[in-house]
Amino acid sequence: MSMTVVQAGILSLLQDSGRYGHHRLGLSNGGPLDALAFHYCNRLLQNPAHATTIEISVGGLQLAAQVDTYICLAGAPMPLTINGEERGLWEVHRVRSTDSIRIGIARSGCRSYLGVADGFLVEPSFGSTATVVREHIGGLRGERLRNGDVLPCGAVTARKHFYLAEPDRPRYQNTLTVRVVPGYQQRHFSRVQQRRFFGSTYLVSERSDRMGYRLQGPGISCALEGILSEGICSGAIQIPPDGQPIVLLNDRQTIGGYPKIGAALSLDTARLSQLRPGHSVHFAPITPHTAHKALRLAQRFALQRPLRERPATGRPADGRPA
Amino acid sequence: MLYLGQAVTAETSAGVRAAVAAAEAALGEDLVDLVPSYASLLILYDPLRTDHLSVARRMRGALHNPRHRHVEVAQPGRTVVLPVYYAAEAGADLESLAARAGLPVQEVIALHTGTEYRVHAIGFAPGFAYLGEVDERIAAPRLATPRARVPRGSVAIAERQTAVYPADSPGGWNLIGRCPVPLFDRDAQSRSAEPCMPIAVGDSVRFEAIDRARFLALGGDLS
Repeated sequence: MSMTVVQAGILSLLQDSGRYGHHRLGLSNGGPLDALAFHYCNRLLQNPAHATTIEISVGGLQLAAQVDTYICLAGAPMPLTINGEERGLWEVHRVRSTDSIRIGIARSGCRSYLGVADGFLVEPSFGSTATVVREHIGGLRGERLRNGDVLPCGAVTARKHFYLAEPDRPRYQNTLTVRVVPGYQQRHFSRVQQRRFFGSTYLVSERSDRMGYRLQGPGISCALEGILSEGICSGAIQIPPDGQPIVLLNDRQTIGGYPKIGAALSLDTARLSQLRPGHSVHFAPITPHTAHKALRLAQRFALQRPLRERPATGRPADGRPA
Repeated sequence: MLYLGQAVTAETSAGVRAAVAAAEAALGEDLVDLVPSYASLLILYDPLRTDHLSVARRMRGALHNPRHRHVEVAQPGRTVVLPVYYAAEAGADLESLAARAGLPVQEVIALHTGTEYRVHAIGFAPGFAYLGEVDERIAAPRLATPRARVPRGSVAIAERQTAVYPADSPGGWNLIGRCPVPLFDRDAQSRSAEPCMPIAVGDSVRFEAIDRARFLALGGDLS
């Protein structure tokens, strides 16, 4: 039982919640760039929190179902149709064998997560199915999805038709304030440089990818040219010699020798990854204490926000197709 | 981030190893991952279970605990010997590196095999170990234009560091030979509990020159 990739789209990757505990081998984390949308995708489907989904960047994925199951698309608003009929994001839909699932190009934002009941059943590699193309690890063959790929998944006959109410859904915009915990190399950036960093607008560069988002704007200089290579955390903001900041993301290399001005809050790297080239970013400094509080609050909110349920058949109260 | 020193010395290297053991003992389930490097240890913890103050307090306690301070004595890093076929057909830059150094090729090989290297860090790619320090007579700057494909097993030099490329990848180091032993086996964990890498940060590595026949017999690939 499976789904077949008819069109792989711009960039579609199998991702579970990521690969942890293997940095000492040089393995990166991988996993969903937008952990919140990924979380809702699995939560709506009543899946384990780490179940394997497809991260769709920009859009264009088409699948053919060879199984009766349920799907959910969560994230950037990419038009979803099942057998040509328009369906909503952030909600569970029944699909049957021979159904055609098509996902169009995102109207805003950049990444969406297509989940299936119980997740795609792919063999994990180092404890995770997360695809890291640079390392040739995870997913199928360690590569992006290709036309004709077969994605195993189970037949599921009972799932609640959960959906996330409209006001609770994340919105994807063109500008973003990224909260930054200043880092241990902050003192090597003068006060003027720090003021410039936190006071300027940066634009997302074309050369942004799952390793990192490169930004363009006023250059930041650092008293250090390079440092002894050291571990890099997710969200670390490197300042290479050209002064243009790079926010490092899930597929980053585990060590590096550029100085770092701080680290972006994980909640905000998720939102950053929804920006496209040309969109704008501001940075705002926060303390580690505030960062922990923000994370705990967001976690509670994401886990406890109530899901609503549609009747299994017929149409819901607001008249949109179930 | 924990700094164990400012420079790359045997002492900081031992300090990094001791800190890894201390973090594992002190942080338990709160620990997400560790990234040991030349003179530092990045500690990644679960921010929903603990915070930076608690991690710092527990690490301070563990590092001052004599049991962990002497871990480097109790568990010395291993010494791993890696065979290398040094030849122009296995390392495209061997002859140019020798010419640049003003030494015969045999002397370059003798200097490369004559040093015991320490594993300073693993990164860049899965299983890529940074080894130091190379004798300064055969140190060489990175290539001006990196190669799009460096073959798997290539043994290379950049400045005073040396490494074995664990997989085909782009790279800008000077290639001097090839090692037939897999440095990173991505399927090891599915077969058994055997480690997927023969070396870890803090271990020592020596290279041993082998001939073409031995290289091929050990499963080496010259493509």
